[in-house]
Amino acid sequence: MNAAALIAVWAVLWGANVRLARTRAGHWIVPAIFGLTLLILWEMTVRLFDVPEVILPAPTQIAVAISQNLPTLWADLVQTAIKGALTGWLIGCGAAIATALLVARSGFLRQGLLPVGNFVAALPIVGTAPILVMWFGFGWESKAAVVVVMVFFPVLLNTVAGLDDNSVMQRDLMRTYGASAAQELRYLRLQSALPFIFNGLKIATTLALIGAIVAEFFGSPTLGMGFRISTEVGRLNLPMVWASIVSAAVVGSLSYGLIAALEKRLTFWHPSQRARR
Amino acid sequence: MTETRLSAPGAGIGRAGQVTLWLRGLPARAAPILVVIATLLALWYAACIPMNAQQSLLEAERAGAIVTPATAAERRDMGGMTLALSNPATALAHAFGQERPRLPAPHQVLAELWDTTIDKKVTSKRSLVFHAGLTLAPTLLGFAIGSLAGIALAVGIVHSRVMDLSVMPWAIASQTIPILAIAPMIIVVLNSVGLQGLLPKAIISAYLSFFPVTVGMVKGLRAPTPADLDLMRTWNASGLRTLLSLRLPSSLPYLFASLKIAIAAALVGAIIGELPTGAVRGLGARLLAGSYYGQTIQIWSALFGAAIVAAGLVAIVGGIERLTLRRMGLAR
Repeated sequence: MNAAALIAVWAVLWGANVRLARTRAGHWIVPAIFGLTLLILWEMTVRLFDVPEVILPAPTQIAVAISQNLPTLWADLVQTAIKGALTGWLIGCGAAIATALLVARSGFLRQGLLPVGNFVAALPIVGTAPILVMWFGFGWESKAAVVVVMVFFPVLLNTVAGLDDNSVMQRDLMRTYGASAAQELRYLRLQSALPFIFNGLKIATTLALIGAIVAEFFGSPTLGMGFRISTEVGRLNLPMVWASIVSAAVVGSLSYGLIAALEKRLTFWHPSQRARR
Repeated sequence: MTETRLSAPGAGIGRAGQVTLWLRGLPARAAPILVVIATLLALWYAACIPMNAQQSLLEAERAGAIVTPATAAERRDMGGMTLALSNPATALAHAFGQERPRLPAPHQVLAELWDTTIDKKVTSKRSLVFHAGLTLAPTLLGFAIGSLAGIALAVGIVHSRVMDLSVMPWAIASQTIPILAIAPMIIVVLNSVGLQGLLPKAIISAYLSFFPVTVGMVKGLRAPTPADLDLMRTWNASGLRTLLSLRLPSSLPYLFASLKIAIAAALVGAIIGELPTGAVRGLGARLLAGSYYGQTIQIWSALFGAAIVAAGLVAIVGGIERLTLRRMGLAR
């Protein structure tokens, strides 16, 4: 009976989606309805099957937890996302792009650093979190350090690959214009590297939040998203845990969206951006 | 039968000639890597001196040597660099042999790795191989679940416009949720339902590895050109036949590229999954236990153990990739 109700709701909403997908507005409505479907099914499952709150709270309970704890959630957000993740992201990406500009100038360095960088990028770098927390203390500085280490190599590798992504013909053209090395960098290499750099920055945004939160598991002051999640799990206060997760997901999606919008602005000429018009 | 193109360098010289060519190119290719690694190691050793200066001076003072700020209380607030500069000889002498250094020297980490892998029995609880094996099991299970789910999702997305429109944005959004951060909760919740051991960790690994596979496979399954697809249509091929004979084979290069990312991500997932369960066994447990008891050398050796396992797994997938693509004639 209960299962039948769930399947019926699913079928109705999916049917609506199938119909809407053919229309012009489908691009926006279909994913929204799909998300809504998941939320409704979640709520119904929890209510119909009497799932205990300790295992899975309903979306409404989570919404209540969010509205009741807004100041706490905001303080956690400032501590983890702005002080920890954003600082680390800025330092890490800045250092990576600067290093890439140096590396791209020397073939020797590129041949040596790229294999090593590829190796390091595949490593479980989150594992350095306990060491960095030990070095930089429990404050946000250690979280920023973890983020720097995590974002450095993906951005470095992407930027180096991007700076190489121009043809002999284009470089020759720059030379016939009598361009200096700086001008060639400014007008040719950096421009053609932008799609790659943004690719690296996008990877870095999600990594930054993960790094800052996971680093808090190894020691933190009494605020921060990671601290909140681990303590509230211990108290089995699951709606609050989910509230923290929702705020982390919102911040993650927003920053990703911000980078994607900037990418659209700056690399409008790239085929991947023009295809969807 | 030769696998290289006729125009490729060394195509007509046989296997022995190719090996010679490869050997002759080796120094030119290996030299930059070796130089970079040597530089990193030198930097590491150099960093050990100021990082461990506090402890070095304390040891020297206890042994009866004279150090410049005479008491530990005066030295507490000074930076490692200043301490190392004011007592260069002492700081250098004691930097590389401490029991619990802030930054262990490379040879200490190597010695610990050797000690815990070769010298200990594999079944011993102090053996790193034992712990690595315990982490490897959920990694591989999660990787298998995640990649199969990713491939299935990609096939659905390519064949159904509704799924493409509705699932793809949420699959991307799901990756902005810091799964590693909620891993502890997943473990605790599944534990309270009665699921223990391998599966909860494997689920985290699977969640991390499904996304790269989905994205790569969607790209790969869409790789055939319109001309190829039209040809299949003129042969009156069914959707399934097109999938099996055209789309799947042409997606393999993309699949392998994403599998390499996925298996590294799966290992990270398994390690993080071990942290909250009291962290009794596995590489993650070694990391956490090391950080609780200040056993820095143990943390570093666990970290390098994880690195070696990750590199090995990626290399295995890479090897399978090369073999498969060569058999299919797709090798570059």
